[in-house]
Amino acid sequence: MIQGIPIEHFLVVSTIMFFIGVCGFIIRRNLITMLMAVELILNSVNINFVVFNRYLYPDQLQGHFFSLFIVGIAAAEASVAIALIINIYRKLKNIDVENVNELKF
Amino acid sequence: MDFGQFIIMRQELLLIIAAVVILIAEIATSDEKKGSIIPFSLGLFVLVTAVGFIPGQEGTLFGGAYQSTQLTMFMKNVLNLAVLIVFFQAESWLKKPENLDKISEYFILTISTLIGMNFMVSAGDFLTFYLGLETATIPIAGLAAFDKYKSQSAEAGIKLILSSALSSGILLFGLSMIYGATGSIYFADVAAKIAPTPLIALGFIFFVAGMGFKISLVPFHFWTADVYEGAPINVTSYLSVVSKGAAAFIFTIVLFTVFKSIVALWQPLIYTIAVATMTLANLFALRQNNIKRFLAFSSIAQAGFILLGILGAGDLGMTAVVYFVLVYVFTNLGAFGVVSAIYDASGVETISGYNGLYKTNPNLSLVMTLSLFSLAGIPPVAGFFGKFFLFTSAAGAGYYILVLIAVLNATISLYYYLKVVKAMFIDQNDQPIPTFRSSMAMRIALVVCAVGVFFVGFASGIFEYIRSISQLFLN
Repeated sequence: MIQGIPIEHFLVVSTIMFFIGVCGFIIRRNLITMLMAVELILNSVNINFVVFNRYLYPDQLQGHFFSLFIVGIAAAEASVAIALIINIYRKLKNIDVENVNELKF
Repeated sequence: MDFGQFIIMRQELLLIIAAVVILIAEIATSDEKKGSIIPFSLGLFVLVTAVGFIPGQEGTLFGGAYQSTQLTMFMKNVLNLAVLIVFFQAESWLKKPENLDKISEYFILTISTLIGMNFMVSAGDFLTFYLGLETATIPIAGLAAFDKYKSQSAEAGIKLILSSALSSGILLFGLSMIYGATGSIYFADVAAKIAPTPLIALGFIFFVAGMGFKISLVPFHFWTADVYEGAPINVTSYLSVVSKGAAAFIFTIVLFTVFKSIVALWQPLIYTIAVATMTLANLFALRQNNIKRFLAFSSIAQAGFILLGILGAGDLGMTAVVYFVLVYVFTNLGAFGVVSAIYDASGVETISGYNGLYKTNPNLSLVMTLSLFSLAGIPPVAGFFGKFFLFTSAAGAGYYILVLIAVLNATISLYYYLKVVKAMFIDQNDQPIPTFRSSMAMRIALVVCAVGVFFVGFASGIFEYIRSISQLFLN
């Protein structure tokens, strides 16, 4: 238990982070920034898992392990996404979503 | 430690071995002989699929993180069979000169996603489930961007990876709440402790939203049509059949086992999503002229029908979903096979370009018609029985109005499926697609699909078998 910091504070921070991520994903037009928004979402999940584990179930480790795996997978996901972004940049010399619009409804 | 127990996960191990063998074959062949990897990989995968059908052992591994039952083994066999058909259909596309240096990449990436799906279907806790889901998704982005010199394909890849990353983030946020409320990530422990508290309800909604992206349910379907249109046709058929089928399997399993005791909480949610998915996807499909986009919206509508089976919680619902996916494998791969054969031969992928196809290529038109009839659910083909059992399962749970809406939607869908049939048989065309003969592998795949569409509907033994293993699984 971290002295003097109740669990609610962590959860408020993580929820705010999550929704900043979702809003960023929807509002931002740059592919790299959208990727950063996704990373924010994943990190907010990590906070949730670790805090729930530490405060509510301190005798087990499932939440800690889950967050470690999320960190690993997020790295893999980011590497594939950045490879694809570089591929697009080579073609368009630009990574704004407005230009990635050949396919439309 | 007894290594003999790993025989329980033999299907995954076989796939891992197959991927490594193809990698070694790639290193061992010289540049001039790269084309020979295709028949080698096809033969290898036929073997893997055949071995999968040998009855296996049930059991759990890694302290319950991995579980194998008759039902999950059957699901994996369905997925293997679908991938085998996709591989046969991809043969003539891979032989093109621009793909010659990435043949083995195609096979290795596809098999790695299949490994992920197999682990996902067999998951016994949310961690294995999540790892399998990501292993199944990340390589598909590479596959969607396979024609990397086409900007459409690159665009499809980036759209797929960003939307799937967002969806797994949302899904994980839900899982973290469920973990906070129950204190465990194991399916069995969560199922024992779950109760309709606000925290679990919120977590569950995030979970459904995340899965909705993967199965492409309305309102989380925006990526589907773009990715399906931009990706190469063989990857599109893989996405729409195998990837969606695996996601539907695990969604059903999780809802029926983990969230079984809060069934009253999730039924209204699934009900709403089912109605929205069927109706909106049908309305969008009406106005498409690109055949890939058209099949994309048709596959979203089919996902809406799958939800009907899920609503009839119980072994009949489980059976209906698994049976429908089996039928859907043959049906949709038949349609995509024809689209792919025509695209390989002539480059046409619009519905109006199909005008007068029957005069020049009668066999392809017949397979396409059969598949479209099955998608629409016209008796006596298998698609009718698939839909029939889904509707039976929903009606058994008392959702008569929903079944009525679904039947109306099936009728609307008949209109746009028959529009394609009309283009092929009735509409005149000054320059129809010239007569061509597709490759041997493609013809084998199409014959398998056509036979499957006929046979699976009448072989009641298959349905009875799925029913018996679903009952074993749920009790």
